[in-house]
Amino acid sequence: MTPDITPITMPKFGLAMTEGKIAGWLVEPGTEVTTGEELVDIETSKITNTFESPVAGLLRRHVAANGEMLPVGALIGIMADAAVADADIDAFITRFQADFAAASDASEGAEAADEPVMMQVGAHSLRVHDRGAGEGTPLVLIHGFGGDLKNWMLNHAALAHGRRVIAFDLPGHGGSSKDVGPGTLAFFADVTAQLLAHLDLSRVHVMGHSLGGGIALTLAQTQPAKVASLTLIAPAGLGPQINMDFINGFIEADRVRGVQDVLKYLVHDKALIGRRMADDVLRYKRLDGAEAALRKVAEACFPGGKQGDDLRPVLAGADVPVTLIWGQTDEILPVAQADGLPASVTRHILPAIGHMPQLESATAVNDVVEAFIGHEVATA
Amino acid sequence: MSKKSFRQAINEALRQEMRRDPTVILMGEDVAGGRGGSANTQDAWGGVLGVTKGLYEEFGETRVLDTPITEASYIGAAAGAAVTGLRPVAELMFVDFVGCCLDQIMNQAAKFRYMFGGKARTPLVIRAMYGAGFNAAAQHSQALYPLFTHIPGLKVVIPSSPYEAKGLLISAIRDDDPVIFLENKVMYDVEEEVPDESYAIPFGEANLTREGDDVTIVAFGRMVGMANEAADRLAKKGIGCTVIDPRTTSPLDSETILECVADTGRLVIVDESSPRCNMATDIAALVAEEAFDTLRAPIRRVVPPHTPVPFATVLETLYLPSVEKIEAAVTATMNYRVTEKV
Repeated sequence: MTPDITPITMPKFGLAMTEGKIAGWLVEPGTEVTTGEELVDIETSKITNTFESPVAGLLRRHVAANGEMLPVGALIGIMADAAVADADIDAFITRFQADFAAASDASEGAEAADEPVMMQVGAHSLRVHDRGAGEGTPLVLIHGFGGDLKNWMLNHAALAHGRRVIAFDLPGHGGSSKDVGPGTLAFFADVTAQLLAHLDLSRVHVMGHSLGGGIALTLAQTQPAKVASLTLIAPAGLGPQINMDFINGFIEADRVRGVQDVLKYLVHDKALIGRRMADDVLRYKRLDGAEAALRKVAEACFPGGKQGDDLRPVLAGADVPVTLIWGQTDEILPVAQADGLPASVTRHILPAIGHMPQLESATAVNDVVEAFIGHEVATA
Repeated sequence: MSKKSFRQAINEALRQEMRRDPTVILMGEDVAGGRGGSANTQDAWGGVLGVTKGLYEEFGETRVLDTPITEASYIGAAAGAAVTGLRPVAELMFVDFVGCCLDQIMNQAAKFRYMFGGKARTPLVIRAMYGAGFNAAAQHSQALYPLFTHIPGLKVVIPSSPYEAKGLLISAIRDDDPVIFLENKVMYDVEEEVPDESYAIPFGEANLTREGDDVTIVAFGRMVGMANEAADRLAKKGIGCTVIDPRTTSPLDSETILECVADTGRLVIVDESSPRCNMATDIAALVAEEAFDTLRAPIRRVVPPHTPVPFATVLETLYLPSVEKIEAAVTATMNYRVTEKV
C-alpha cells in the first residue's frame, strides 16, 4: 500500500460471503468522510448491508460502479489526500488489480489441486485425493472398514514430501460408488490395482489400515510386482479374532449418539470421539446403499464373527520390506495378532494407543513411515 | 460432490425420489409451470421460485400436476391420494396460504393414523416457503412452524442449508406420516457442498453446527446461519458457543438441547416466528422444567416483536433477529450476575 493512498475493498460480511454487488454509493468522490461513516450499500445473496468507512479521509474514486458484482477483497474505491496526483492513483489501481487477479488465480489453482476428485475406474466411481510430487516411489493409502480417505488426514500431507501420496475411498465407503461386488479382500485388492493402472503407477509403497491392511497384503499376494513395500497398521488377516460389536454396531448405527458410541472402540483416549466427528462419519453412512455395502463386506470378510482370510503366509513369503504398527490397547483387532510373524517384519507396538494409531499417534506413525519408505528412497 | 444451491438441492431430492419410487407425485400451483397460460410454456417456471423446474419435462403430466388456486381442494386431494397409495408432495407456495386449507391438514391428514386405529398411512409432504427478508409483506412472510408444531400427528421440518434440505426432504418423502417441509425463501440461492447421491437425514436428531463451552444457542432454519456467524464473532472475543439446529420441531430432539444446556449453563434461542407461543417459548419452558438447576443465567430469546411482518425494508430488517442481536443476547447472558436481594 502507498502511504497516502488507502484502497477500499469489497468487505466480507459473513463466512459464506464470496462476492457482493455495489447496491449504491452513499458518498460521492471528493467528499471527506469520517471513520464509521456510511460509505456504500452492498448486496449479497443473503442480505443488503451498509459498509462503513474503515478510515477517515477524502474519497477520491469509485473504482466499482453501482450494480457491479465483485469478489470479496476486490478494489471498490480509493481514499487519498488531495495532494496525491490522479496519475499516482491510476498507477495504484493498475498495480492493485494486477496483484489481485494473480492472487485470485493462484488461490483458485491451489484449492483445485488439493481437493479430492472423483475418478471413473472401471465400473467404479472412486473419490481420490492425489497429493505431492517428486522422485520418490508413490505411496498409496488404503483405509479400513467403514472409513474413508479422511482417516489419513493427519498423515497424508505430512508424508507427501518428495513423493505422490494417494488416498482413496474404497467402493462402498465415503464418496465412492456403493457396488462392492462380492465384498472380499480380493475384490478390493483388484480395485486398488485398477486404480494404480488408471493412475499409470507401476510400483508403489502401500500403507493399509485394518481391512485396508488385509487388502494391501492381498495385493502383495496377487500382484507382487506392484508393491514396493508394505506398511501395515493393525491389519486384518493375521488372526481370526475381530470385535463384531464394533462391526455390527457401526453398520446399524444411524444416529450421532449410536455412531459416537461405536467409534469409541477405535481409540484408547475416548475423549477424542466428538459429536462432530460422528456427524462427519454419518454423512457418508447415510448415502443410499452404504449400509448394504458395509453389511456385504462384513459378511464376506468376517463370516461367523471371525476373520475369514488368513494372510500370514503372504508375510512368510513376501520379498518386500514390511513394517507393522499396532496400538497396544486395540479393541478391534487384538495386538496379539502381531506375534509370531517372520523376523523380517519390523514391529512397532505403541503403548496406550487403540485401533487407529495414524490418528491417535499421528506423529509417531508418520516418523515410522518416513524412516521406513524414506530409507527406500535414499537407497533407490 | 459439488456445490449446489438450496433450490437445486430440493429439486435434486424430488427428482431422485421420483425416479426411485413411481408413487411419488407433485401437486401445486405452477409446479409444472405455465400450464393454463400461453402455449409452449409448460415447465417454464417450475414453481414460483423455480424449485420444480425440469421435473414436468422428465416425469410428465401424470406425476407433476398443476392445480387450480384452491388450496383447500388440492391439499385435500393430496391427503386423499396419500391414504390411497401415492406419495404426494404438495406445494403450498407461501405458507401463509395455509389459512385456506388448515382443516385438511389439522383435522384430516394429521389425525388419520390416530382415528383409524393405526391402519391408515398418510405419506404426504406439504412444501411451503416461509419467513421474512424478502419484502413480501405481512401476508407472505410469516414463519408459521409453531402453528404446525402445535398439532399432534404432523412432523415439521425446517432445513437450515442445502445439505440439510436434500437429506431432510428425502426423509420426508419416505416417511409414512404427514410432513410439513418449510423452506426459507431467502435461502434459495445459498450454496454448499451437497452429495450427488441420495441420502436421508433422520427426523428428531439435532445437528450441532458449532461446539463451545459457554453458551448454547438454539436456532431454526435461516437463523442457524446467523447463529453460526454470531458464534464465530463471539469466539474471537473468547466466548464459546454451541449452536444447535434442531432440524425438526416435531419431533424435537429435547435430549440434545438439555444435554448442551447442562454443559454450558446458558441458553439463547433464536426464532423468527412471532414471539408468543413460538418455538423459543416452548424450548424455554422445556429447559425451565427439566434443567432449571443447570442454568447460570436467565434464558434469553431473540425473537421479533408481536406484530405482523412489515413491508418496508428498514422495518422488516428491524423486525427480524440478526447476527448483532444474537451477539448482544449472548453477551448479556455471559454478563449476567446474580444480585442478592436484601
